[in-house]
Amino acid sequence: MPCWWCYHRQHIGYRPKEACINTQELAMRLLEIGSFEGYQFDCQPIPSDVGVLQVTVGDYEEIPVFVSVTDSQILCITHLFSESEVNPKFRARMLEEMLELNIPMPLSSFSKIGERYVVFGALSVNSSMDDICHELITVTENAVEALLAMEEFVRQDV
Amino acid sequence: MSILKKIMTAVRGGAREVGELIVDANGTRIFEQEIRDAQTHLHKARQDLTDLMARQMQASREVVTLQRGIKEHESHARQALDTHHDDLALQVANKIALMEGELAEQQEAHATFGQHVEQMRQLVQKTQRQVKDYERQLSMLRTTESVQKASAAIADNFATSQSRILSAKDSLVRIRQRQQRQFDRMAAADTLQAQASDLTLGEELQAAGIGEQPLDGSTVLARLKASRA
Repeated sequence: MPCWWCYHRQHIGYRPKEACINTQELAMRLLEIGSFEGYQFDCQPIPSDVGVLQVTVGDYEEIPVFVSVTDSQILCITHLFSESEVNPKFRARMLEEMLELNIPMPLSSFSKIGERYVVFGALSVNSSMDDICHELITVTENAVEALLAMEEFVRQDV
Repeated sequence: MSILKKIMTAVRGGAREVGELIVDANGTRIFEQEIRDAQTHLHKARQDLTDLMARQMQASREVVTLQRGIKEHESHARQALDTHHDDLALQVANKIALMEGELAEQQEAHATFGQHVEQMRQLVQKTQRQVKDYERQLSMLRTTESVQKASAAIADNFATSQSRILSAKDSLVRIRQRQQRQFDRMAAADTLQAQASDLTLGEELQAAGIGEQPLDGSTVLARLKASRA
């Protein structure tokens, strides 16, 4: 039986209406807000059956945040680089540094999806719009910091 | 095997549909069905538990009433004995015997209900834990699946559109450019600030009659007068 509120097949049991936030609704609310803490948001939906939203924070066009909503969390993912860009000589050290930086990096963590290294933040589906905006900005700023920190491990010839 | 271990094996194997691969051909639906079944059981068990508790309470009330009745009848029997109504006392004693029999039965029922309530409570707790555990595992599966699908969609979108995911090198170039712009802006602001403060200093000096003074009519007239003399 699909969800009572949003007809999502994966939503099981009773959930409050607010819990059924989806990417379309999120895009609308972000456009309504316009800017937050001095940053402008630009949203672009990506066609997919799971619902993905590409959000650009301010003029950080090179590091878009990809937002998707699962049944329990909102995931905000930024791509850093792909495996082929990593200097194989420094790979082990880079992975170790990423692990070490996971705790100091506020609200975000390093991860890997397939061949891509990412920085992501996960929020509860019950988060407020302020929390979501704050997360989008934080994850972008963290990705910039992470890129600068990981620069020495990245191959310069690709 | 733990669910995380299964996800790891599936991801390492290059599976796109982790959920499908781990659970089986019918995908997460079987898992969802299991959760629904467990929730139905839980609902039924809760109803049974309420029913049992109600019956236990009833037995306990019954016990109290009987105990009170026995006490009353005992006092009646004593009064009958005191007033030498022996046959009446015997009748009351018979009644008391009956009530005591019933009391024993009710006390036993109360104890049995108590045991059943305890068993049922444990069952409800166990089922609740199981439902939570299923939900946690399902959530992990779905998140993995959702992230994989989203990631595939992002890759497809970049492949079809003009834009592309920047390499770290390109991103770093842009980041550096932005930083440089910010520095430049700050430097420009500093220069402006400095010029503004220089200007006011000049004005102040002028007002104090120090340095170059602006030309005015009186200076020119004084010069003309001096040249005529």
